[in-house]
Amino acid sequence: MKELTVISGKGGTGKTSITASIASLAERRVVIDADVDAANLFLTLEHEVIETDEFQGGHKAEINPDLCTGCGECFQKCQFDAISITNSEDPIAEKSAGGSGTASQLAGKDGNKIREKFTIDPISCEGCGVCAHFCPADAISFERQICGEKYISTTANGPMVHARLGIAEENSGLLVSQLRQRARAMAKEQHIPLIITDGPPGIGCPVIASISNADAVLIVTEPTLSGMHDMERVRKLAGQMGAAAFLCINKADLNPEASENIKAFCETHNIRFAGEIPFDRAVIESMKMGQSLVTYSDGPASRAVKKVWQNVMSFIGETKERLF
Amino acid sequence: MIVTVASGKGGTGKTTVTVNLAVIAAKEGVEVFDCDVEEPNAHLFVKPHNVLTEEVSTMIPAVDMELCTLCGECEKICQFSAITLIAKKIMIFPEMCHSCKGCSMVCPTGAVQESSRTLGSLLSGESSRGFNLTWGELRVGEAMSPPLIKQVKERIHPDRFALVDAPPGTSCPAVATLRDSDFALLVAEETPFGLNDLALTVEALKKLDVPMGIVINRADGEKGIIDKYADQESIEVMQRIPFSREAAKVCAKGLFLVDEIPQMKALFEELYLKIISKAGSGRREIDQREVMK
Amino acid sequence: MKVAVSSSGNTLESDLDPRFGRASYFLIVDTETFNFEVKPNDQNMNLPQGAGIQAGKTVADCGVDVLITGNCGPKAYNVLQAAGIKVVTGIKGSVKEVVEQFKSSDPKYLEGPNVDGHWV
Repeated sequence: MKELTVISGKGGTGKTSITASIASLAERRVVIDADVDAANLFLTLEHEVIETDEFQGGHKAEINPDLCTGCGECFQKCQFDAISITNSEDPIAEKSAGGSGTASQLAGKDGNKIREKFTIDPISCEGCGVCAHFCPADAISFERQICGEKYISTTANGPMVHARLGIAEENSGLLVSQLRQRARAMAKEQHIPLIITDGPPGIGCPVIASISNADAVLIVTEPTLSGMHDMERVRKLAGQMGAAAFLCINKADLNPEASENIKAFCETHNIRFAGEIPFDRAVIESMKMGQSLVTYSDGPASRAVKKVWQNVMSFIGETKERLF
Repeated sequence: MIVTVASGKGGTGKTTVTVNLAVIAAKEGVEVFDCDVEEPNAHLFVKPHNVLTEEVSTMIPAVDMELCTLCGECEKICQFSAITLIAKKIMIFPEMCHSCKGCSMVCPTGAVQESSRTLGSLLSGESSRGFNLTWGELRVGEAMSPPLIKQVKERIHPDRFALVDAPPGTSCPAVATLRDSDFALLVAEETPFGLNDLALTVEALKKLDVPMGIVINRADGEKGIIDKYADQESIEVMQRIPFSREAAKVCAKGLFLVDEIPQMKALFEELYLKIISKAGSGRREIDQREVMK
Repeated sequence: MKVAVSSSGNTLESDLDPRFGRASYFLIVDTETFNFEVKPNDQNMNLPQGAGIQAGKTVADCGVDVLITGNCGPKAYNVLQAAGIKVVTGIKGSVKEVVEQFKSSDPKYLEGPNVDGHWV
């Protein structure tokens, strides 16, 4: 069973379009959309959702205003500026000004004590639990959150595992890991020899979670200064993680000189060059039809993607067997 | 005033819009911040000189075993399995640590002390076009970008005009960048993926309570799915930048559109004026004729 | 001696669970008598992060000398090594078959993790 992850570094180079196409070309595979906070694969691959599940992320702390005594312990201890005083414009309350934030110091202009309460911004809350631990009034709850949904869908050549992370939620790395574990379990049960993962842009935790334990990555780049810069960083990451690297150049005819530079880079950096794909309007048209490029069109980009796939497939057979 | 350029979908032209706006805004004063610390690109266009680099790190625990009583309180409070007590040893997994300092706070003997893990670099330089660029570069292998993004944002002067280039997506890196912005400029592309991701970003911005406007990049002339969506949501489409292979080539080479294509200069000047009037600020009035020169 | 085996079920006939951090159960088996104890691993299966580390601690607390599993990632490996527990992989079958094979052949202990970690 082999795992291939499609990555790019830079966003918008064509990972998802290409993943949809190779998922349509591979005879039997599980395909994963690991770009969980901007999932697009479902838009370009005909599918039917057959299973939906909750995604449980990390914890969030919440202060019960009825129990809060306004002591400010939580405010002092929080490292993430997630805690603030409710209904107060009192500048003494600013931690940076050195105020201790205790109720006794939050005196009004006439010197009377103001009974303040504290509140936690769930978006800033890191889920560390320190405030809940130290609250002397036991006023802070600390619950695991449901922060998205996971899906299993059927597609022509095998299952698709995908998800939707809730708006402004965290834990994308964890969600990606869970999707990949599920995909492995399905591949084992159904004797499917290949898992293809559509990776997110960047090099952060969801990308790391997408590449971890993959046999190979297919880097999709574009012949632009930004594309090349970002490609070099993600290639470095893939190298650190021990994945064999393939590379294809999308919209290659945009800047032929840069495309030649990229090919030269591949030769000196142990990257297997898998092919060039020309710019082609059919890519957008296939998206609008909700189909993969190779299903929709037989034009220049489609033929080029097929060649890229042939190159990747013939090499994947050489990589070592991973223990399941 | 802080204007953040975001999109949801990668590759729509956030950096292109940010740097070209900066060239236009330079006479009035602008500072640029590239918060796409995983894959920063603004510096490739801006080509800053006199670049100062600073290494940025975050706190991780280090345990002095002479003081440690093996009570295990540090392990109990840690939500991230970054510190654990096993066979009379304390093991630390630095990459798991979120720097909450809970372990050092609960340690009864002061055995848990502060060490650090490198996040990446913070860089800053001057553009020959008259503005400063500050950006972050995440160390390859570091998983968490928000702590470095926060450091970049700490360099923002609240009384100056700041243009911030955001990372793609709608989760922690994008949210860390977008929050507390005075205005978000969303760069959208007229494709099904573009619309899907734009809608996700709009929802995130509503949650963050940041006002927004849309720029359609690579527009093909007719009003399409993005315009329809913008209408529905009552968000103004503030500019349309037409698709052209020439524009694509200019950007591919790392050059400014406003230098190479006259039409683009006018489009970005228009956009800049709209942003200033829409986003509003306590800053001095801008003479339109001044800017148009 | 006592060995821990990551298991998909709670009997000796259950299959070895190749995962360690998020295995369904750990069976602690006496290699002489085949008496065994079941340690369910529920709390780790959905852990937001650090399942391998926590599983390592669970096993370390059982006082075993050897862990038999399928995949052992770097953090789990570090924890087990700190606890002085040797790790064996590469044997397939039911828990009973796996322990028998371990007894009868010359076990190859891991010198390091045999898979990358998941990010979390």
